[in-house]
Amino acid sequence: MSARRVGREALKGFITGLMEDGRTVWGPQEFQGSVRFRPLKKNGTPVLDVPNATLSPKEVVFPPSEWMFLFSTDPGREDAFVLKEVPQEGPEQVILGIRPCDARAFQILDRVFLEQGAHEDPYYRSKRDRTLLIGLGCNTPCSTCFCHWTGGGPFHTEGLDVLMTDLGDVYLLEPVTERGRALLDALQLDEAGADEVERGKHIAEEARASMGEAKDPRRIKEKDLMALFGSPFWERAHEACVKCGVCTYLCPTCSCFDIQDEVRGACGFRGRNWDTCMFALTTLHASGHNPRPTGKERFRQRFMHKLKYFQDDFGDVMCVGCGRCVQYCPANIDIREIIEALSA
Amino acid sequence: MDTRVERIRSEAKRLLESGEVDLVIGFRKGSIPMVSRPWFVRTVEDTELLHWDGFCSLNLCNYLTKRKEKVAVVAKGCDTRSLVGHIQENQIQREQVLVLGVPCEGMLDRRALQERAEGTEILEVVESDGRVEIRGRGLERSFPRQEVLQHCCRICRHRNPVLHDRLLSAEVEEHQVERYEDVEEIDSQSPEERWAYFQNMLSPCIRCYACRNVCPHCYCTECFVDCSRPQWVGKSLDLNDVFTFHLFRAFHMAGRCTDCGSCERACPVGIPLRVLTRKLEKVVSERWGFEAGTDLEQLPPLATYRPDDPQDFIK
Repeated sequence: MSARRVGREALKGFITGLMEDGRTVWGPQEFQGSVRFRPLKKNGTPVLDVPNATLSPKEVVFPPSEWMFLFSTDPGREDAFVLKEVPQEGPEQVILGIRPCDARAFQILDRVFLEQGAHEDPYYRSKRDRTLLIGLGCNTPCSTCFCHWTGGGPFHTEGLDVLMTDLGDVYLLEPVTERGRALLDALQLDEAGADEVERGKHIAEEARASMGEAKDPRRIKEKDLMALFGSPFWERAHEACVKCGVCTYLCPTCSCFDIQDEVRGACGFRGRNWDTCMFALTTLHASGHNPRPTGKERFRQRFMHKLKYFQDDFGDVMCVGCGRCVQYCPANIDIREIIEALSA
Repeated sequence: MDTRVERIRSEAKRLLESGEVDLVIGFRKGSIPMVSRPWFVRTVEDTELLHWDGFCSLNLCNYLTKRKEKVAVVAKGCDTRSLVGHIQENQIQREQVLVLGVPCEGMLDRRALQERAEGTEILEVVESDGRVEIRGRGLERSFPRQEVLQHCCRICRHRNPVLHDRLLSAEVEEHQVERYEDVEEIDSQSPEERWAYFQNMLSPCIRCYACRNVCPHCYCTECFVDCSRPQWVGKSLDLNDVFTFHLFRAFHMAGRCTDCGSCERACPVGIPLRVLTRKLEKVVSERWGFEAGTDLEQLPPLATYRPDDPQDFIK
């Protein structure tokens, strides 16, 4: 028996246990008008009873802004303008309450940051390596959830180290990886009963059954790239879109960034910040030429990248069906409709 | 069916058939509850999807900027006020736009409704007779419409279109409501308290610029945050830069913002941006007795100059 149990009232103690050895525990928390993954304070509790957090926990491994190098601009110094790496070490960390869709998204980010080409991204690597994912299965998927279209599901374990299931009075914890198993063993939690494991299975099956028919975006892979690119479909599809960054910044799989130098006093910083294909500035050349001159090209880029180019390159869509872009788009652009239109 | 929906569809159909306009911009039902989608209609068939309900809150004037064709727009009070600003600022010509005015009973607050659903997802909203009913799995609750209006709508003084070519339903009663209670409360705080308040308020910002992009009045060809030669503002989430963006944006809105609330609604992290724009609205009202977008003939005070303007602020 490897499944463990934590009573709902014992959650705080469980988290305190996770924090031992100096571990940082990230969990969903109310942050003014939204729910975000933030490091839990001692005796703090995560908000686990709400649907998924407003922003995905990708910000734990890929922060919106991070410094990569420091330099001095003081010409009197011998090391003036010499870039020095910002140390990347940090504490071991756990993301508690990450949903299965967002955990799958980490695997997509891994491909981009770690597995693509000859170089891996050291900033992402250092944070990713010291992060364990304790996921919470989704008992009640939202109407905007479509993880099952993209190869996931409300209780899928890909990317997770431990899967948590809310059984009401108790959380069931099932190890997925060796690291997850070792963590649970070290915490000396009670073993779950066979009936509890059974209840977990039942909840997972019911959740999946509640999600309705899945459409398959993999059909888009078979389509001709230039035909999709040149399709008149885009002319109208983008009209309502205001070209803000909500969809891409809330997306657990979007990974674009922009590198910037900043100087304060004699101290210089080189860092990277989230960027988005929705903004004209992203592709603006120094000459003034912009290869994606209007909203149509930017809109097309977002969906073609997610649904076509990424599939052609890596075999999967760059979307895990979390539904955030659907929920938060100010103009109701719905990626599910785009998937249907492109695969038709 | 709501008679307004019928009127919108029939007017749109007539305008397209007669060739009076090339395009009608209105709303269609959204793909999820509590959101309507801007809908661009160029054919008679597409008029059948035009829709109207308590979630048609996006300011459609945002889609009129620099348009060349003849266009009809379905517009509430706030949309028409923004349109007045657009005409005054030469973003569109009055002759180009045919305004299908819809007197507005106030739009519904999606977040407030979701809070009242106590953790259950709202799958359907039914509006009738001054009441709003929310439905979901095991959820069925109803509220007086007035209780679940957006804040900007609760304190709105121009629910009727200020400019229109057709009026699609009877005018609604206007209310002279107090608009600045929360602004005054912040005003009354010490500078340190206000600083802490604004820091706290803006700290969740992720700089997605949804507030800017849904705003009809943010139409600069190049926004100051996007200038790269020279670059005026840093790109990170450093609070100094976040402040610079939001405060500059708010100042650009002085005497122009119509408090349609689009910025606040679009913000994915729930920042109450309108306290900034309404503070400036209050100042413009006190100094010049000016209310943005209410009169095509009245020159906006911050876009005009008179030799007898008081200039005692110049030291």
